[in-house]
Amino acid sequence: MKRATIKNRQKETLLFRKRLLILVAFVLVLVVLLFIRLAYLQFFQHHYYKTLSAKNNITLAPISPKRGLIYDRNGLLLAKNNPVFNLMVNRSQVTDFQQELNNLQLIISISPAEIQLYKREAKQKRQFEPVPLKVKLTDKQVALFAVNRFQYPGFHIQAQLIRQYPQKTITANVVGYVGRINVEELANIDPSNYAATDYIGKTGVEKSFESQLHGGVGYKQIEINASGETVRTLNEFSPQSGVNLYLTIDTNLQQAAKQALQGLRGAVVAVDPNTGQVLALVSTPIFNPNTFIRGISTQDYSALQNNPDHPLFDRATRGLYPPGSTIKPFIALAGLDSGTVTPKTKLYDPGWFKIPGSEHVYHNWMRGGFGWVDLSQAIIHSDDVYFYQLAMQLGIDRIDSFLDQFGFGQKTGIELNDELAGHIPSPDYKMHLTGHRWFTGDTVTTGIGQSYFQITPIQLAMATAALSLHGKRMKAQLIEGYQFPNQPRMVTTPQELPPVILQNPMNWQTVITAMHHGVTNPQGTSHLFGFGNPIYPAAAKTGTAQVYTVSEDNKGKPLPERERDDSLFIAFAPINHPQIALAVVVENNPSAPRIARKVMDYYMLAQKHWKPEQKPHAS
Amino acid sequence: MPLKTSIKQRFQRRDSGTQYRHWWQLIHIDFILLISILLLNIFGFFILYSASNEQFSLVLSQMGHISFAVIIMLVLAQLPPYWYQRWAPWFYFFSLIALLLVLIIGHISLGAQRWISLGLFRFQPSDLMLLALPMMLAWYFANKALPPNTKEVILSSLIILIPAVFTAKEPDLGSGIVIFTTGACLLLLAGIRWRIILYLLIGILLMAPFLWHFMRFYQRQRVLTFLNPERDPLGAGYHIIQSKIAIGSGGLLGKGWLMGTQSHLQFLPEHATDFIFAVCGEEFGLFGALILLLLYTAIILRCFYIASQAQDTFTRLLAGALSALFFISVFVNIGMVSGILPVVGLPLPMISYGGTSMVTLMASFGILMSIHGHKRLLS
Repeated sequence: MKRATIKNRQKETLLFRKRLLILVAFVLVLVVLLFIRLAYLQFFQHHYYKTLSAKNNITLAPISPKRGLIYDRNGLLLAKNNPVFNLMVNRSQVTDFQQELNNLQLIISISPAEIQLYKREAKQKRQFEPVPLKVKLTDKQVALFAVNRFQYPGFHIQAQLIRQYPQKTITANVVGYVGRINVEELANIDPSNYAATDYIGKTGVEKSFESQLHGGVGYKQIEINASGETVRTLNEFSPQSGVNLYLTIDTNLQQAAKQALQGLRGAVVAVDPNTGQVLALVSTPIFNPNTFIRGISTQDYSALQNNPDHPLFDRATRGLYPPGSTIKPFIALAGLDSGTVTPKTKLYDPGWFKIPGSEHVYHNWMRGGFGWVDLSQAIIHSDDVYFYQLAMQLGIDRIDSFLDQFGFGQKTGIELNDELAGHIPSPDYKMHLTGHRWFTGDTVTTGIGQSYFQITPIQLAMATAALSLHGKRMKAQLIEGYQFPNQPRMVTTPQELPPVILQNPMNWQTVITAMHHGVTNPQGTSHLFGFGNPIYPAAAKTGTAQVYTVSEDNKGKPLPERERDDSLFIAFAPINHPQIALAVVVENNPSAPRIARKVMDYYMLAQKHWKPEQKPHAS
Repeated sequence: MPLKTSIKQRFQRRDSGTQYRHWWQLIHIDFILLISILLLNIFGFFILYSASNEQFSLVLSQMGHISFAVIIMLVLAQLPPYWYQRWAPWFYFFSLIALLLVLIIGHISLGAQRWISLGLFRFQPSDLMLLALPMMLAWYFANKALPPNTKEVILSSLIILIPAVFTAKEPDLGSGIVIFTTGACLLLLAGIRWRIILYLLIGILLMAPFLWHFMRFYQRQRVLTFLNPERDPLGAGYHIIQSKIAIGSGGLLGKGWLMGTQSHLQFLPEHATDFIFAVCGEEFGLFGALILLLLYTAIILRCFYIASQAQDTFTRLLAGALSALFFISVFVNIGMVSGILPVVGLPLPMISYGGTSMVTLMASFGILMSIHGHKRLLS
């Protein structure tokens, strides 16, 4: 109360009003400051924040294109897209995963392996991305889930197209398979085009025609919320479906050839000499491409890879073999064309051959020899000694330049990227391979298709086709036609390669007739070793390729299975208007002629390509 | 003469001289203030409807909050100012004890605790303190000669600092800052000398490292984030970045009511509560924000006018401080949402969804109306 008496009301009121005015001024300054701040954000920086806002909620979602289908020459589906239904989990909507999983187990059983796979995939995806829990639901499971859907808000069913190969193993080496894109593949593709694609061609046509089969990615502009869920679609740019491909393969012939090779390691290549179209391209043993579709397990894959029979390896275009005696008709042609020998020239075969001045003995496959033989007999009986001498007289350069013209040691150009070229024997190649110079002995063994030969079954088939047409060469063709989405089927034109021209075209007939006699003559090797004598006129040549050089001591003892000789066989028919040319290779087993006969019979007789009135059987 | 009766007599004397020109003055209502508040509330309903993703139930519930708050305001407006003066110390100590109580409960339950639950409803002692502190300080200075001397400044500083620190420790840094600043404004109005103000400012600056030490981890994060929001765009900086995007993308006229993508697609956090201003900025643009600012300014200026017309030390200090309280709440929230102040959890007065802040501010308007309505007209 003492202080109250000193209170000066008027002065205090004045002081208060002054201070209040200062406070009001201060408040107004701050209000203006707020307004300036807002004007800065909303006017001067509006454009910047508008862009950020759009980036927040508008995004492009890629749409995967439909992968092109693959058909055989008859329109049979080899690769298709199957709709499958997957059970997906929206993790943002699932609070207690274990509890909801237990509930779900009541209608759809989910195995621990599937849960493990789910957990692995969930780690790699962003929180709002749906993760598959169970793939390939059955119709019943889809229906069960659809009815009970409301009980499982965090789960939904997603339809997806998955590659399927209806012919399973039959065309696996040709068509190949698709699998998840790996890191190296990712580096070679346009990531934006594959934004919605999980799979990429790994081998065969699926790999070689990846860009055509894949098509172009589509996009939709969608509005998303902060959890990344789609609110609505604003705009859509449809994807461009992949191109459908028609292969020259005849699945029936392919299957017949595969059956003929059943249980053996080998390859069969059948081509139409007139077009170069590959009718069958078989490699055994083979894998089932369908196991690769949704991630093959590491175990299964390493089992395939470490299998000593190499089922993943396409022997038809990548297998490298010495041609053995199947090269003899070509060496004979070289001899005739160069004038080294004439059809009448006879050479003496005592059963062995020695290079003059050398001690090394080259044996004939027939111990006693055939005595005096001309070119025709040499082919019929596959006389090694005749061809040792012929090759030596020709010299390696002339042999090489002649074999070159048939495409030996070169890629045939079949539309498979992984095809290997191989090699024909030459001084350069030997030097490169072994570091040693070329000996005459190497030229001698070249005459019977041993030496440094490394050729593929498809090369052999194409060379046989060229021989059957008197030197006319077609490029190996695997794509018969193609079809862009919503357009008619287009046909690929066969391509001709530079022909082999002989100075005397009569020489073609000489060699072909000799090959024909090898079939018709009961003593001919083709006849003798299993091809027999079919009712249609065929020309053929056997071949045997040594895998291991057998020392004289071990002669007669049975060899381990994998060290036995490979057998080869080339054939075409009918001889005057060839419709099919074949090359067969069987590893460590002599059954190539028998297999060739089965395939040839299937094509000519079962498929009725040979009409008796067309060409009367001469024999 | 006992102090109590002397105060009573003084007010009774003044009351007897009051003349009423309008019917609302009978119930001690300030018409201009009421209209401004209602306009603000109506605008608030539209913003809240959009911010709640068009949930009308939320708006209805907010209307319930407002109705309750208006009733409190009307009741408080009827109580004569001497009543507040008499009860001020009791109210202050009650609030202080309640603050201490939540602090202890929070400590025991090992978590942030701001509430005291009274069965049917719960209340935040820090909100009570927002009203109790100005009343206490005004009571303290009521019979002192102004400007205050050094001893009085120190004592009043303690009256301010104790609840401010308690609140900040809850931890409710936002309310702590508002309590502190409101008290500071009252000291300013009390006529504290500029020299002392300068000392106090220097003292605060020197105390800054000390304050930093007392902050919780997330509070430090907020301050660091305020200094550089891009430091952690998906973590601590996310709120402020998204809020600035919402406001900035609104432009001059906004994206339109209910058309805000930032709030409707959940990019903006807390869009119905603390960050509701960003919804207004996004959908109504600078234009809408300006209208909101003008409404707030109108209310604040009216409050200051009431303070300027108050007739004794207690009422004018109390009215001035309550006006400042309202402004500070608005400024801290908009400043935080627009990125010029650190993120402290404070609602936007009268607009954000929620009842406690609404009741507190309406109660302060009730007290202001009481001060204005019970004023004796000088003849």
